[in-house]
Amino acid sequence: MNTTAIKVLRKPIASAIIAILIGFLVAAVVLASAGYDPGASFAALFSGMVGRPRYVVNVIIKATPLLLCGVAVAFAFKVGLFNIGAEGQYILGTIAATVVGITCDLPPVLEIPLVVLSGTIAGVLSGALVGWLKAKFGIHEVITSIMFNWISLYLCNYVVSLDVFHQPNTTGTYPVHGSAFTMILPNWKLSDEGQAALANLPVLRDVLVRCDVNVGIIVAVVVAVLIGWLLRRTKVGYEMRAVGLNKDAARFAGINVEGNVVLCMVISGALCGLAGALNITGISPHGISTLAAFENNGFNGLSVAFIAGCSPVGCIPASLLFAGLIYGGQTVQQVMGAPSEIISIMIGTIVFCMALGGVVPMLAERIRRSRAERVERARELAAKTGATPASPAGEGDAPKAVDAADAGAPAAEAPSGAAEPNGSNEKKGADGDAR
Amino acid sequence: MPDQSSFTRRGFLKGLAGACALGATGALVGCGGSPSDPSSGGGSAADGGATSGATHKVEMVTDTGGVNDQSFNQISWSGLQQLQRDEGWTISYLESKQESDYVTNLDKAVDDDAELIWAIGFAMAKAVGNAAKANPDVQFGIIDNANPTDAPNITGVQFRAQESSFVVGYIAACVSKTGMVGNVLGVESDVMLQFELGYKAGVAYANKDKGLNVQCESQYAESFGDAAKGSSITQRMVSDGCDVVFQAAGGTGVGVINACKDAGIYAIGADMDQSYLAEGTVLTSALKEVDVAIVDVSKRLLSGELKGGTNITLGLSDGAVGIPEDYSLMGEDVYNDALAVEGLIKSGDIVPPATSDDYDKFIASL
Repeated sequence: MNTTAIKVLRKPIASAIIAILIGFLVAAVVLASAGYDPGASFAALFSGMVGRPRYVVNVIIKATPLLLCGVAVAFAFKVGLFNIGAEGQYILGTIAATVVGITCDLPPVLEIPLVVLSGTIAGVLSGALVGWLKAKFGIHEVITSIMFNWISLYLCNYVVSLDVFHQPNTTGTYPVHGSAFTMILPNWKLSDEGQAALANLPVLRDVLVRCDVNVGIIVAVVVAVLIGWLLRRTKVGYEMRAVGLNKDAARFAGINVEGNVVLCMVISGALCGLAGALNITGISPHGISTLAAFENNGFNGLSVAFIAGCSPVGCIPASLLFAGLIYGGQTVQQVMGAPSEIISIMIGTIVFCMALGGVVPMLAERIRRSRAERVERARELAAKTGATPASPAGEGDAPKAVDAADAGAPAAEAPSGAAEPNGSNEKKGADGDAR
Repeated sequence: MPDQSSFTRRGFLKGLAGACALGATGALVGCGGSPSDPSSGGGSAADGGATSGATHKVEMVTDTGGVNDQSFNQISWSGLQQLQRDEGWTISYLESKQESDYVTNLDKAVDDDAELIWAIGFAMAKAVGNAAKANPDVQFGIIDNANPTDAPNITGVQFRAQESSFVVGYIAACVSKTGMVGNVLGVESDVMLQFELGYKAGVAYANKDKGLNVQCESQYAESFGDAAKGSSITQRMVSDGCDVVFQAAGGTGVGVINACKDAGIYAIGADMDQSYLAEGTVLTSALKEVDVAIVDVSKRLLSGELKGGTNITLGLSDGAVGIPEDYSLMGEDVYNDALAVEGLIKSGDIVPPATSDDYDKFIASL
């Protein structure tokens, strides 16, 4: 029975579940010590996340930029780059999309691709510069991209202050032209016939009319799958992973390391820029506004990437989870009256414990090994003392059970062997994150 | 590389497991949690102020400044807290972190069955317009902005900040010994113009009334959150000879007051009585009592005395703008004169200007 427990513990799903449960337990302690009933707080959190179809939709909308930025970070990490500039590339994407969306007014067929593409290109340029500096001069991407975050932030504020874009008596720019909107049926749902058609479909009406339902998440999921495919199934992806695993070995094998570094940052920047552009076209206020601090779409993307163990496809559930916590957290504030600091601590605790999830299979592995050693020693001891039938019945049983476990082990060995680099990667991720 | 593919699958599974476990925990907690808390999102536990009887539910959504911004949002929240204390109403707030949160936060307030929802600040005008359209049976209020649409369920609350600015301008001119006073403002907008022109007109009125010749200079910091910039603008004004500087620039104004303290001159605060920021430096403050307005308008709206869809402009005569009672720095004579000016504004004998055209007319009429 113990051995099955260990086997279960070594499964990644189990470790994730345990990590989350521990996260909630610790968060409960935090909430209780701050004087808020943890039970009611979590109830509020979940009712705010999934209580109504509309909330689920809003979580998905909020998850879209997190997913794209998360995939961007995860992708760069696979190539050995730590793209902490996701935030800045996201902001550049929003700026470019807003500027182009306000100045150009074309039919939607042209306007939408133009606006989205301009945001993406802004991200590409920023990423390319960072990648080029890294490849050409060895300047670390962390320092350059952090600085680019600030450049982007203040560029955003500058663009907002320009008379051409600034909407009087607001803190933001004009919205982009309606032809750039990527919501689903934006005009029809508010028209009389749309309202009439939706009148009999309360759920659909609720979701369509009261949310900015947009196509962003579809794009984001497709991109996540594509990036996963690119990394695993293509020559370019193979080269990139080789660069990420060991630069020198990759160079020795004839792989163009510098080119791949630049290409990786280009793609990573493009994804963040795309996230920014899709937020401008997809959700109100459809423009940028003066930023006093980062909005954290890119930085939360970092967390998403490392929760997902830097798997692009794994970012899909991770981003939904993260967005859910953020969005549901606001209901905790509303219902419990808890200040947003407490809620941030709660979310942080849960994510922190999730990041520690990799510890569980490692512990299970250690327990299995020490047990195997003990059995081995017992066996040696038995061999030395000769085949004395005096050994107690209980001890005789134990090796048998372990034998069975060992027989099962080789089969289980492969996945656990594969899982190990993941565990160490995650640790690296957590370290990098802390830095 | 097979390990890479399982790597990815593992990541996905892990994330998926995360989402599932979260859902499961939620269900568990949902069951174990307080049964009085409906999981439909209509939780009503709020701040413990629930009393029996016919109470009302009022919620507010902050702008991105957050509820502890030492300014606007904070004063508004204290207004709601007063309603909770005095009337036993249920209150709650939602903080916005991003501009895109305005829509979803207003939406959550609606779901929570709030009868009246306050949107704090003009930045939320568009979001409130849309929310009101989608929820015709809920009342909305917005501070510092007129009803952005023609919706019958939005009440716009604005302040005649030019009136309090006029009074502090009058005081500044009376107190100034160098004959130069300054004014630091935030980002250009109609609201800022009220402060700027009201102050200038107050100085001009004092010049005529008392036979002075005080000059006034004003500058926009183009930011509500840049204390360093406020400080450097103030230093320049000091070197120009200003000995009273009026700040109407939010967080930028903190730098203004500090610079005044360092230079040993007087500062005039805005929105709330800011004398706590620098004892002996803050001469007076142009109060904008958002809390008074919120309490008053909330009561009138929910008692049915006031119908939605109107715009309310509050000024001196409503007790919603003014100056604090403390006059230790300006002296009793100046204070009494200032009260007399307040009286003239209340009676309509003086109409402080809020637009450039009105300002020109006002100066011409002096």
